[in-house]
Amino acid sequence: MKQLEEIRSEAARSFAERGFPTPRQEEWRFTNVAPLAKLNFAPAEEAARGLDEELRAELARLGWGGLRLVFVDGRFAPELSTAKWPRGVTAGPLSGANGTAARHLARYAPYQEHAFVAWNTASFRDGAFVEVAAGTVLEEPVELVYLSTRAGVPVVSHPRSLVVAGRASQLTLIEVYAGRGTDYLSNAVTEIVAAEGAVVDHYKLELEDTGAFHVGTVQVQAARDVNLSTCAISLGGKLVRNEVNSVLQQGASATLNGLYVVSGTQHIDNRTVVDHAEPNGTSFELYKGILDDRASGVFNGKIVVRQPAQKTDAKQTNKNLLLSKEAVINTKPELRIFADDVRCTHGATIGQIDREAIFYLTSRGIGERQARELLTLAFARDILDRVRLEPLRAWLDARLWEKFHDRAG
Amino acid sequence: MALLEIKNLHASVAGREILRGIDLVMEAGEVHAIMGPNGSGKSTLAQVLAGRDTYEVTEGEILYDGKNLLELDPEERAREGVFMAFQYPVEIPGISNSYFLRAALNAVRKHRGLEELDAMDFLALAREKLKLLDMDPTFLNRAVNVGFSGGEKKRNEILQMAVLEPRLAILDETDSGLDIDALKIVANGVNAMRAPERAILVVTHYQRLLNYIVPDRVHVLAGGRIVRSGDARLAEELELSGYASLEAEVAA
Ligand SMILES: Nc1ncnc2c1ncn2[C@@H]1O[C@H](COP(=O)(O)OP(=O)(O)O)[C@@H](O)[C@H]1O
Ligand SMILES: [Mg+2]
Repeated sequence: MKQLEEIRSEAARSFAERGFPTPRQEEWRFTNVAPLAKLNFAPAEEAARGLDEELRAELARLGWGGLRLVFVDGRFAPELSTAKWPRGVTAGPLSGANGTAARHLARYAPYQEHAFVAWNTASFRDGAFVEVAAGTVLEEPVELVYLSTRAGVPVVSHPRSLVVAGRASQLTLIEVYAGRGTDYLSNAVTEIVAAEGAVVDHYKLELEDTGAFHVGTVQVQAARDVNLSTCAISLGGKLVRNEVNSVLQQGASATLNGLYVVSGTQHIDNRTVVDHAEPNGTSFELYKGILDDRASGVFNGKIVVRQPAQKTDAKQTNKNLLLSKEAVINTKPELRIFADDVRCTHGATIGQIDREAIFYLTSRGIGERQARELLTLAFARDILDRVRLEPLRAWLDARLWEKFHDRAG
Repeated sequence: MALLEIKNLHASVAGREILRGIDLVMEAGEVHAIMGPNGSGKSTLAQVLAGRDTYEVTEGEILYDGKNLLELDPEERAREGVFMAFQYPVEIPGISNSYFLRAALNAVRKHRGLEELDAMDFLALAREKLKLLDMDPTFLNRAVNVGFSGGEKKRNEILQMAVLEPRLAILDETDSGLDIDALKIVANGVNAMRAPERAILVVTHYQRLLNYIVPDRVHVLAGGRIVRSGDARLAEELELSGYASLEAEVAA
């Protein structure tokens, strides 16, 4: 087995050779990272300022009764993190991690093909490690919080997470990315390794400053009979790329949800890859977007059904609500099906707020502005309903309501 | 002063004139019926009263409680007590009936200087109204009109009316597509709302409903005009002769 150091130097070479992607590459056609590529990023931890009042307040609002590991500008913050973990759980900074971590770290995320993954793999200083032992059912959610503080110059941090869910274990995982300041880049990679029969409920909350860049890849390896659900919520960032890749083995089921809500000149690109490698897997995907002002979005959902993956059942849906004439969305399914006995459907919609619905609500006395807010939130409702963790669902509901309330004003 | 006074109302949609000079006066406490063949402009009239902007009023005026109704936005009309039950109620996924109803009721109450109701108080009130309409309380938890049968949608409209307690209610073919049992329930709901301070305008294509809601006046709309008005007996007469003779009359 390759040593981590070897992988990291390969990754460094890969990044140096390939450089940043350009829109000439199909996978980056609608997301131009030039504004980011031209900046000279310093490592965030060297420019670190510590948490200001605002971030402290934000951190206090984030939290759903769980256990947490907090990182500030890429550095582990033990004073903000859980010290004592329940039986069956090993968690802490990667820098102090065990042999399991060494066996899995950097083995799954595609550093050979993906510039940002390569950059992260070569450059991360620390990160989170969580291992849930076989058969352990962890009731409390585990939160991995990556905060970026205000810096005077462009800075980059490389959040890195490794989560190992043992055989027939159960885990709720929430990744949170938040920060303050402009021109910082959070370049994240998360690897989730779920062993046979594990149940993993994963959330990624991208709440970066609207002046920030965020590029992230979540790579999930789902063994036989794994029950995986992921939900990617993106609210912040001026240029955001979110990737969720999953590889499903026999009988594994994946639910992939996503919600992106952008305005101003924000750009959000969601890319998902579901790789049905073996038979009898199911994937159900629903991504929804709400775009206002001159915001732009991309959805690219790729489904691969390999030749052995007979009886695969895959469904992908992307729905978008455009709140202004200038907002833009590019949505594109990508199907690669090599097995013959499969069910695979996809669909995408782009629409505006229904005028009939506005009239119906206003004709009952509800003001037009409130009617728009209600209908916008209603569009996101089915994603919210799928958030299984009740306190998180309530938090999101309130956060979105606030957001639409502000926007409609 | 009449509660509603429509004078020489003309309205067009997409440049085509649909209403061609409607005159109608309703006093508080009265129930009027508007009957007419399909396409005669009944829904256009109802929608214009509710403030739908697809329809352009090109001539005439509408006074509601002496005030110019056409100046008000739909929500202002609703808060002032105008209610229109839609012929085709709109489905709204993602908003529950109870949230919708409470938001509406509170908007109306606020306008009237009343305290807004919290979820508990609202629920108590809504339950009572549901009972009146023989509706299951689970109605409240369902998304507005989503997956409702035709009859459920119509009953939901009446439920909204019962909760909002308007001064002027316009019911656009609330009877269409109902079986006799549902029709009786709807009629009971409407009759329970009859009150000295309230006027109800029942728009219908069929005389059947008027067996249960006996109107004070009946108007026949054809070709965008009220061609005849009379008392409840006019409806029965029409049932026998049909609209065909009327249409011939209009064409002549
Ligand atoms: N939104 C609209 N766009 C175009 N034509 C319309 C619209 N609404 C109504 N009309 C036309 O106006 C006429 C009257 O329609 P309506 O008022 O719905 O009649 P009724 O309710 O009596 O059946 C019909 O010819 C109908 O096609
Ligand atoms: Mg009609």
